[in-house]
Amino acid sequence: MSTVTANVMPAKHYLNDNYGIRSWLLTKDHKRIAVLYLASITVFFFIGGIYAALIRLQLLTPQGALFQADTYNKLFTMHGVNMIFFFLVPSVPAVMGNFILPIMIGAKDLAFPKINLLSWYIYIAGACFSLAALVSGGVDTGWTFYTPLSTGFLRTPVTVLAIGVLIAGFSSIFTGLNFIVTVHRMRAPGMTWGRLPLFVWANYATSIIMILGTPVLAITLILVALERAFHIGVFDPKLGGDPVLFQHMFWFYSHPAVYIMILPGMGVISEIITCFSRKRVFGYPFIAFSSIAIAVFGFVVWAHHMFVAGISVYSALVFSLLSYAVAIPSAVKVFNWTATMYKGSISLQTPMLYALAFIGLFTIGGLTGLFLAALGLDIHIHDTYFVIAHFHYIMVGGMVTAYMGGLHFWWPKITGRMYPEGWSKLSALIVFIGFNLTFFPQFILGYLGMPRRYAAYPPEFQVLNVLSTAGASILAVGFIMPAIYFIWSLKYGEVAGNNPWQATGLEWEISSPPPTHNFHETPIVTTEPYHYGAEQEVPVVP
Amino acid sequence: MQSTVPLFPEQASTIAHHVDWLYLFLVAVTAFFSLLVAALILFFIIRYKRTPDREAEQIHGSTLLEIVWTVIPLGISMVIFVWAAVLYFHMQRPPSNAMEVYGVAKQWMWKFEYPGGQREINSLHVPIGRPVKVTLISQDVIHSFFVPAFRVKQDVLPNRYMTTWFEAKEPGTYHLFCSQYCGTKHSAMIGEVVAMKPEDFASWLTSGKAEGSLAAQGEKLFQQLGCATCHRADSGARGPNLAGLYGRPVRLTDGHVVVADDNYLRESILVPNAKVVSGFQPIMPTFQGMISEEDLIQLTDYIKHLSAPTMEGPLNNRSTPEQIRDSEVKQVQDQMKQQETAPQKTSGNNK
Amino acid sequence: MSHSSTTTTANHSDSATTATHHPALVHHFDNMEQQKEAATFGMWVFLLTEIMMFGGLFVAYLIYRLKYYPAFVAGSTSIDVSWGFANTLVLIGSSWTMAMAVWAAQTGKRKLQVLFILGTMVLGTAFLGVKAKEYYEKYDECHIPGHVIGKGFNAWGGCSADKSKGNIAEEVIKRDHSIPEASAVQTAKQSEMFFAFYFVMTGLHATHMVIGLGVLAWLMWRANRGEFGPEYFSPVENVGLYWHFVDIVWIFLFPLLYLISRHQHAG
Repeated sequence: MSTVTANVMPAKHYLNDNYGIRSWLLTKDHKRIAVLYLASITVFFFIGGIYAALIRLQLLTPQGALFQADTYNKLFTMHGVNMIFFFLVPSVPAVMGNFILPIMIGAKDLAFPKINLLSWYIYIAGACFSLAALVSGGVDTGWTFYTPLSTGFLRTPVTVLAIGVLIAGFSSIFTGLNFIVTVHRMRAPGMTWGRLPLFVWANYATSIIMILGTPVLAITLILVALERAFHIGVFDPKLGGDPVLFQHMFWFYSHPAVYIMILPGMGVISEIITCFSRKRVFGYPFIAFSSIAIAVFGFVVWAHHMFVAGISVYSALVFSLLSYAVAIPSAVKVFNWTATMYKGSISLQTPMLYALAFIGLFTIGGLTGLFLAALGLDIHIHDTYFVIAHFHYIMVGGMVTAYMGGLHFWWPKITGRMYPEGWSKLSALIVFIGFNLTFFPQFILGYLGMPRRYAAYPPEFQVLNVLSTAGASILAVGFIMPAIYFIWSLKYGEVAGNNPWQATGLEWEISSPPPTHNFHETPIVTTEPYHYGAEQEVPVVP
Repeated sequence: MQSTVPLFPEQASTIAHHVDWLYLFLVAVTAFFSLLVAALILFFIIRYKRTPDREAEQIHGSTLLEIVWTVIPLGISMVIFVWAAVLYFHMQRPPSNAMEVYGVAKQWMWKFEYPGGQREINSLHVPIGRPVKVTLISQDVIHSFFVPAFRVKQDVLPNRYMTTWFEAKEPGTYHLFCSQYCGTKHSAMIGEVVAMKPEDFASWLTSGKAEGSLAAQGEKLFQQLGCATCHRADSGARGPNLAGLYGRPVRLTDGHVVVADDNYLRESILVPNAKVVSGFQPIMPTFQGMISEEDLIQLTDYIKHLSAPTMEGPLNNRSTPEQIRDSEVKQVQDQMKQQETAPQKTSGNNK
Repeated sequence: MSHSSTTTTANHSDSATTATHHPALVHHFDNMEQQKEAATFGMWVFLLTEIMMFGGLFVAYLIYRLKYYPAFVAGSTSIDVSWGFANTLVLIGSSWTMAMAVWAAQTGKRKLQVLFILGTMVLGTAFLGVKAKEYYEKYDECHIPGHVIGKGFNAWGGCSADKSKGNIAEEVIKRDHSIPEASAVQTAKQSEMFFAFYFVMTGLHATHMVIGLGVLAWLMWRANRGEFGPEYFSPVENVGLYWHFVDIVWIFLFPLLYLISRHQHAG
């Protein structure tokens, strides 16, 4: 806690600098845009969560009596599309990256504030298409849109949804473009590459993937839309096309996309672990470069989603080998974070609880990826609940957990208020228990052979499914609680002060909430990141 | 309702326990590293709990440790990779004495056909103790043939034959799932694989009514569709002789040599000008749209079983039919001479 | 040892327009040079994303070209190479006018800037006009794949119910009489794939040109107001980069689509 007497909110800051809806909808301030994103993706998180709840309810009984098969197919499709494209991909970059990254490097804003705002509008446009697809009946292709099912056999509004995803992809591209130019050109004097906080490195690596991978998804979805509308035969075997080509083009983006979804979270973890261990990070260059390595290697492993799809044995060998290579940098990070805690001075506030949960759950999720990369084994577990468990351990146990950790960590900076620590710890615990109960049984189900995307299943799988649904109900509670207490804290939370965590980093040196222009004068950086050992005096910047 | 809650699938095929060993090794590795990390974290948060009298020790890093914890995971990964790859090679190569079955997947059912002509829907009877090779194709979208108890899975594509194989070990009934999402009734596209003792299987084969073997039906089609008009063995034939063709290398007009496998036969019927055999004109019309997948399977099976005197080398590698004819005759004459003089080990037509 | 201090370096606090900085300088940049470098870098990164998008399409094209080579030759021969060549010259010309516009901006010549930007737009529009004509020809010859727009391929790869007048199969046989009808018909069917790529690739390119024309209009309006000069011309330069990129994409499209070996091998 702060050593001064009760903190006071600064008189003027980015939230009260200007009032009125126009000042928000036409803002160029990266912080306001981050808040716009926060509101939007939270909406989609809960929409996606509702789909998940319905899925788990359906799977309580083997014969799936709740929904018809067609409806269920729409549920898992919309769950996947919403969660991936409208929540996970933007989450940390568009909220925390937008808010914190410029401040971390000592800049007054991102390089292109108008493009930043445009990227939010593009996101909203994509979201509108997605909602339009929902309202006009929902789509049932699976988030993977495999052809020729999606191009020639379904009458649902596939094209509308594909366009929505395509548009949301451009939002992602513009965010990535903005970050790259910002990190290259707008670092404050003295902020060398080697002094960048690891959160910046992580978002930088993510941005590289965003700009190189997303355009390929764009053209793939354009081709799907054209095929549906005009019956050209690029992916349709009846017209001479190759459905496996779709899979190659789709996964060329969608595999790197999973690294888009996890790398920013890893950046958050680096910030939290150091702060709550009061220690510099162990192996800074290794963590920094492992982010870049993941981004690069992530582009050459896409066909590990296609081992049984009809690729040649030799292709499969190459992609399997490379998939093991891409796992190594993640392992390096986990070990470095753990080593960071060694001989630290550790306190277990909520952000740290989430960060520690991340390390454990991501380790499990990542290692189960090795199962899938193993050729002879993948034949059995591909397209089963094992895959679902694997990627939920990474996406929920990893990314969402990191997002929650980051949200709690930077909430005081963003809003000037603290959330209630008791409730937040409780909800973190509930999330952890609920999550594991939901997804661990799915590993077992998967190895038993329960395929994914099944609305009904053989009765011997019921007990495990019931366990999973029970876990999901607990998990839901764990996510609803923060929604309540965060909103509560806006009015009633304790005023945070500049640096409630006594953390290093430029963002903690300015007021909470920060002024619109971040810094009255451009800072000069003379220290390494995470310089926790030094005598700390955090000046209150007027 | 259910008396037991299974936590591990049955090992009903010869490959199953190999896959399971790999799986268990990976489980062990995962458990080890997860528990290691968890234990370290737990230990650290207790041992290094924040107290006012102790400061954190600022440690930069250790290149040695970085190398250690890069090399060791890499080493373990390589072990897993090689182990899994070897297993995979084995799983992708059906033994040559495998019993053949054909499967056609369509929304939302499985149709199986045996060479003897027996058909079944959504169930597949197989003998134990003998490898079974399933040749699969889809009539519409991508499906996937998945038998968890056997640990086999193969995506089933439209317009292209895929194969998978297994050898059942234990008699029993096992789930067959479609594991590639294929539309409305994807989760209802399930069936069963019934593994039987060989004698039971033999009697099952004879019990059903079949309209004749696949090859016999294929031969009827071969005549009906007019294939026999061009594909003959004599010198005036306008199409290559198909006897003994299956599994042999074929030289095309552009010089490439391809193997005449199931997909080659199928493509040659549907898109004949894709691969034109050297020495022949691309006059064959396409049968696309005029022939169903089942008909194609019958034709393919018929052609597969057309035997001919064994010959070496690519068929039809001369530029004119007459020259081909001459060389064929000469080869056969030579071989007959050799067989008269000394017993000759003829090498087979294996791929 | 000390934490980051807040010593002043560049002193651009709020948005006060002092006499010391250019009116086009935005507040979050320290100086015009940083702003220019950021803008140019941003445009290059954007072009990189465009390369990836067209690249994906090109890879798909190459895969099918390998698979259906004779059909791609047949399709390519049915589009008019002279118009394609003319368009290539028009587009290269427009890149020249664009480069001249950048020069005029750099040297502060307002009227010339407007003139050259206008010239670029005129040439760009001419390109689109020729493309429209070519598309119409394909419509007229029933070479639009998919049977949704236009009259659709018949079995011989063209319009007429009988085997005459410019059907693809007919053209294939005309060029090489040794090709039997059965084969030519199959080639004609496969050429639908060529036309699918023809339309998608040139269509995507044309869309980028239309957007480019819109951007050029905006640029011309700004140039006319005298906004660009030696200290500030990066919008012109960056739009120029975009326009050159669109030109380069065409330089790839033209040979890939129009110049495939126009002689089919016999037999």
